[in-house]
Amino acid sequence: MTEQKDRELYHWLRLIREFESRVSALDKQGKLMGGVYSGKGQEAVTVGFCHDLRWDDWIFPLHRDLGAYLVKGADPKRLMAQIFGKRDGFAKGKDSYLHGGDLANGIFGSTSMLGATLPVAAGMAYKFKIRKEDRVAIAFFGEGASSRGDVHEAMNFAGVHKLPVIFVCENNFYAYSTPNELQFGVDNVADRAAGYGFKGEVVNGNDLHNVMKTAGKAIDRARKGDGPTLVECKTYRYHGHSEHDRADYRSEEEVITWESRDPISLWEIYLEKRKYDIAALRKEMTEEVTRIVEEAVAFAEGSPAPAGPEAMEDLYAMPIDTEAR
Amino acid sequence: MLVTYIEAIRQAMDEELARDGNVLLMGEDVGVLGGAFKASAGLQEKHGADRVVDMPISESLIVGAGVGLAVQGMRPILEMQFIDFISCGFDQIVNTAATLRYRHGGQTACPIVVRGPSGGGVHGGLYHSQNPEAWFCHVPGLKVVAPATAYDAKGLLKSAIRDDDPVIYFEHKFLYRRIKEEIPEGELLVPIGKAALRKEGRDLTVITYGAPVHAVMKAARDMSTEVDIEVVDLRTLLPIDWAAVKASARKTGKVLIVHEARLTGGIGGEVAARIAQDCFEELDGPVMRLAARDVHTPFAPAMEDYVLPNQGKITEAIRKLAAY
Ligand SMILES: Cc1ncc(C[n+]2csc(CCOP(=O)(O)OP(=O)(O)O)c2C)c(N)n1
Repeated sequence: MTEQKDRELYHWLRLIREFESRVSALDKQGKLMGGVYSGKGQEAVTVGFCHDLRWDDWIFPLHRDLGAYLVKGADPKRLMAQIFGKRDGFAKGKDSYLHGGDLANGIFGSTSMLGATLPVAAGMAYKFKIRKEDRVAIAFFGEGASSRGDVHEAMNFAGVHKLPVIFVCENNFYAYSTPNELQFGVDNVADRAAGYGFKGEVVNGNDLHNVMKTAGKAIDRARKGDGPTLVECKTYRYHGHSEHDRADYRSEEEVITWESRDPISLWEIYLEKRKYDIAALRKEMTEEVTRIVEEAVAFAEGSPAPAGPEAMEDLYAMPIDTEAR
Repeated sequence: MLVTYIEAIRQAMDEELARDGNVLLMGEDVGVLGGAFKASAGLQEKHGADRVVDMPISESLIVGAGVGLAVQGMRPILEMQFIDFISCGFDQIVNTAATLRYRHGGQTACPIVVRGPSGGGVHGGLYHSQNPEAWFCHVPGLKVVAPATAYDAKGLLKSAIRDDDPVIYFEHKFLYRRIKEEIPEGELLVPIGKAALRKEGRDLTVITYGAPVHAVMKAARDMSTEVDIEVVDLRTLLPIDWAAVKASARKTGKVLIVHEARLTGGIGGEVAARIAQDCFEELDGPVMRLAARDVHTPFAPAMEDYVLPNQGKITEAIRKLAAY
């Protein structure tokens, strides 16, 4: 990897971590409404899959994938405004967090219905295929969401037509409080790929090198018309399901074990081995990402809250009379 | 005993699990966590993991499996973590559960309860604020209830669990901890299909249910020198207590229907049509409706407030009708 890319990847890991930490802090200060679903600990999955995409590829993030927005090209300022429910957010305040996508940058906003984006990603990939475009769609989902029929239905269709779609399961071992053994009877979600007729792979989702290698292969395969891949990234979320969840269902040892495999620390160790001056780099990066995040917060705080009647906008492409009375 | 609305729900489930070994609770995170809102806190410890069951994230499975259990004589309570996700179990409710008895010529019953937090007013955004009762009131074979008080929350849930038909139970999350009420210890059943006359009045009837009941009661008290309001709380939305609705409409001659769900296709339309048809001669004004605007429930506070009915809009609607 080139020196520039090493630094770039480090930048994204650090920016996501800083952005999310700031969001969590804002939530604690009571400055946000609605749920905050921290993906702290899962940054390598996001960076690994999104970094090498082209601008006209599409991603379908899940509720924890705030970082995917950043890496795929969303403006941090608008993303922060989105989280604040302000007018400059992607949803213009109509919904919060990651329900508003940034379609111009190929980022599809999700509904709350887990797994519901996978059929959409499959549909999009079908278009790429029939119009012979070498673009890919990447749909992220949790291991909990893998229990939904929509997930199965999307993979089945993708298998039938060998679609240029990559299904990325972020297996962080808990769906809210429910552990994997109460979610499915297989060892790996990726084992199911065989049942759909395509390749399944399991990777250490905290190791950016690993994720990038697997992502690269899957993306190549999709672009070449060789069909979908199901990649399961074993990773961990440090926070509770949402900021209100104390996550008492996990043991302290387990959390500590995973913290010792922190994706950012692992990347720093790699950078150190490559003889970068890690102390200097760390400092420089801290300044860089803090500045970006602070600017985003200032922008979001200054963005106007939408006024009541704006609720009626954007419902139909063609305005119709939707007045209640 | 002073209990909150959500504690009343917990008590109802606890008591029914203890009373009848065939009762189960199934849903996402209902066990160790005790539910996302703590509606089932402590129940798994007390009644066992076989009877308070943490389920995979699949609402169609939860409902469908519930039907299978019900056909075997069990009485499952099926929790939707947020009622919005009931759409993911929609097919199993409307096509499997609701038709079960009918298409088997009465050979079996379907004693399931599907329950979960509904309603807005908490800046929950598009998918944590819905009031989808009308989807289900269009489906014969189902019963639909929506309690407004802790007493009814407990009494209706116990009745729903003991009912041999599928009951969709809409609990309102805005009320969970906001209302506290003295309710008697021990057995408490509220019959499904019976409305509650919350307040007698002479001038005008407000028919409502769920969270707006409280705002309507407040309006009735605040406006008592202006207009003498009668308040009917439907409690059950399928089947509706038509006798109570018509008696009140005939008595006051003016009816306003208030619900938090959207106007178009909402329950209010059905109620208004029946009153117009059956009580036309006794009416002194048009049957009016106040509901959410026909749009999704948005996140930002000013927009949410603009969309949902609130105290001010209720007062205004009452004045308008009273002036008729
Ligand atoms: C269909 C559906 N049912 C229930 C929920 C409520 N819910 C939100 S997140 C969540 C857990 C998700 O677990 P997982 O898919 O593993 O993702 P993670 O949160 O662990 O990243 C649940 C049950 C939902 N959003 N959608």
